[in-house]
Amino acid sequence: MDVTSRQFSDKAHQALRDTVLQKALGHIEEGFVEARKNAAANLPEFEELRDRGRDIRAHVIEHLGAYLRQFEDQVYAQGGRVHWARDAAEARQIVAEICAEQGARTIAKSKSMVTEEIELVPHLEAQGLKAVETDLGEYIIQLREEKPSHIIAPVIHLSKEQVSETFHEHHQIHGFEDKLTERAELVAQARSVLRETFMDADVGITGANFLVAETGSVVLVTNEGNADLVTSLPDTHIVVTGIEKVVPTLNACHTLLRLLVRSATGQETTTYTSFLTGPKRPKDANGPSNFHVVLVDNGRSAMINTQNREMLHCIRCGACLNHCPIYANIGGHAYGSVYPGPMGAVLTPQLAGLADSVDLPNASTFCGKCEAVCPVRIPLPKMMRHWRESEFEQHLTPTGMRFGLGVWSWLGRHPALYRLVQRCARLGMRVLARNGWIKALPLAGKGWTAWRDMRAPDGESFQSQWAKRGKKEPA
Amino acid sequence: MTDDQKDRQSDVKTVALFATCLVDLMRPNVGFASACLLEQAGYDVVVPEGQTCCGQPAYNGGDRRSARRAARHTMAILEGYDYVVVPSGSCAAMICKHYPALFSKGGGDYRRAMELSERTYELTTFLRDVAHYAPNVTLENETITYHDSCAGLRELHIQSQPRDLLNSCEGIHLAEMNKPDTCCGFGGTFCIKYPDISDRLVERKAEDIVATGATRVVAGDVGCILNMEGKLHRQGASVSVSHVAEILAGMVED
Repeated sequence: MDVTSRQFSDKAHQALRDTVLQKALGHIEEGFVEARKNAAANLPEFEELRDRGRDIRAHVIEHLGAYLRQFEDQVYAQGGRVHWARDAAEARQIVAEICAEQGARTIAKSKSMVTEEIELVPHLEAQGLKAVETDLGEYIIQLREEKPSHIIAPVIHLSKEQVSETFHEHHQIHGFEDKLTERAELVAQARSVLRETFMDADVGITGANFLVAETGSVVLVTNEGNADLVTSLPDTHIVVTGIEKVVPTLNACHTLLRLLVRSATGQETTTYTSFLTGPKRPKDANGPSNFHVVLVDNGRSAMINTQNREMLHCIRCGACLNHCPIYANIGGHAYGSVYPGPMGAVLTPQLAGLADSVDLPNASTFCGKCEAVCPVRIPLPKMMRHWRESEFEQHLTPTGMRFGLGVWSWLGRHPALYRLVQRCARLGMRVLARNGWIKALPLAGKGWTAWRDMRAPDGESFQSQWAKRGKKEPA
Repeated sequence: MTDDQKDRQSDVKTVALFATCLVDLMRPNVGFASACLLEQAGYDVVVPEGQTCCGQPAYNGGDRRSARRAARHTMAILEGYDYVVVPSGSCAAMICKHYPALFSKGGGDYRRAMELSERTYELTTFLRDVAHYAPNVTLENETITYHDSCAGLRELHIQSQPRDLLNSCEGIHLAEMNKPDTCCGFGGTFCIKYPDISDRLVERKAEDIVATGATRVVAGDVGCILNMEGKLHRQGASVSVSHVAEILAGMVED
């Protein structure tokens, strides 16, 4: 997976100053955080459901091979086919070959993070195919040649005005000359343009929210209904998804769906929840003749025996992004990965290598909100710390930070020298202070005083004052 | 001394005050306030010599070996006391939750870490739940607001403890801010590594504080306190920032 995460600091810096982006990010609080809070509050068993969700996911990953084989058998029994892709290149090739077999020219796509991860659409376009994203958000970023900035709300970074500009630029060839200002009008126009794609498409490509082992079903949740057109109108349906998406039974799937939707958008259920099982049967009114599932590994199985194994429990709800104070202030693009925020900070180093994404697990205050809202209780801060440990072991930590941490740790074990250094620091701070406040600190403190003051401590340290005069009487 | 008095004296338990490096360096008053509260609650207070940093910077910086060494050092100096009390949610969580995680189960270090974690408390939890302490301080009708520090809140569930103690003080009106449980942006070395993101977080926190109309924001961790007071001072806001111990002990500095 190609990432631009090395530019994290610069992009975050720009994002903080991008007023349009900042305004757009303001919608997260009301649209997602409040919505999830209300949904959780309205379901008395929500916390218990989270325990069950965690247990289901842990059980699946423990027996991943067996459930995947069961799923594969069921897909074949229903008349579909399963393809195994070791990495992104293999997955792209498998999809391209199926498209070629069908003589496909136009492909209708519904939203899938795995296809973003393996950069499927650019690959298909390079083969001369027309691949159109039909999820409204994904469609907008496809027109804008951008990447999604959120795993369930790909255009959370954009304003209505930007969308209006984009449509005005790209829809004139479809006969839409006027620039629209209303949300509903924009949606209607996109629907009308996309209708052509649905009718023309030879192949429909979707992701999967879950794969049900006992039935071979592929489960999709959407609010726009586009996925249902993608899976029923074209003659071939290709599902591209990660191997970890499998769940044992429809019952287990139901538990996870209840958690997923509430955690993601705060809805009790999405507008459309589709269970797709094999190709069209003789008596079915519609549906594809060919049903393919491409199961993508791309680094996932390698996670099973690592300390970040629990990341495979993730059901991609986006709650950790929505509740992360860092994500909420810089948006998704700064992370430089299709998986941003806390879940991306754990996943990206696995998929793209730690050296290229070392900022991501560091860009967290470990406030713990992500873990507190995760529907399957993934200990995200703990896993970000694991990456920091790998970073330290691999000497990827910046020299200054490594040196500073080393000196501080050494001093911590040598109390006499610790006290001496502390005394020097206190003296230094008093020298820098005017009226008790420091406006400019040197070295690593520069970043602090660029925007904040620092109150200089007066007198001696607590321990030396305590040693000299014991307890102080209350004022 | 009567026999009765002798008996009572031997009942007095000893609390080791682990002041934390930030209190030691930046806010000695918080150490004195904590000691004062623990004595009022009927404990003998000792500040064990040789205490330094709990090892959190190394632990969160990925340097597990240094974190282990820091833990061993701290475990040794805190040995033998009835209780250990820490005026910080994040340092208490480091000792209670993360020290055991640093060592392999079954070993001597692990046993020592578990044993220490069982008798270590964050200050307000200890005062309310172990000491059943009732503050006897009266303020002059002050409106305050309380910021929940992240580690204390999510790792040790410190939320109602400081509020209960503050609400039982005379003359305090607690006005909750919008999102008191959102991070202030300090994050230990985070504020050095990503100063501008950290600043944006504390800027928003300052907005939420000022919007309450409170004249003082109270918190339980000196890291957050330095961050919030530094921002409020730079903005020229007339909001004081205090540690909860300073309020409860009636030892506010400004």
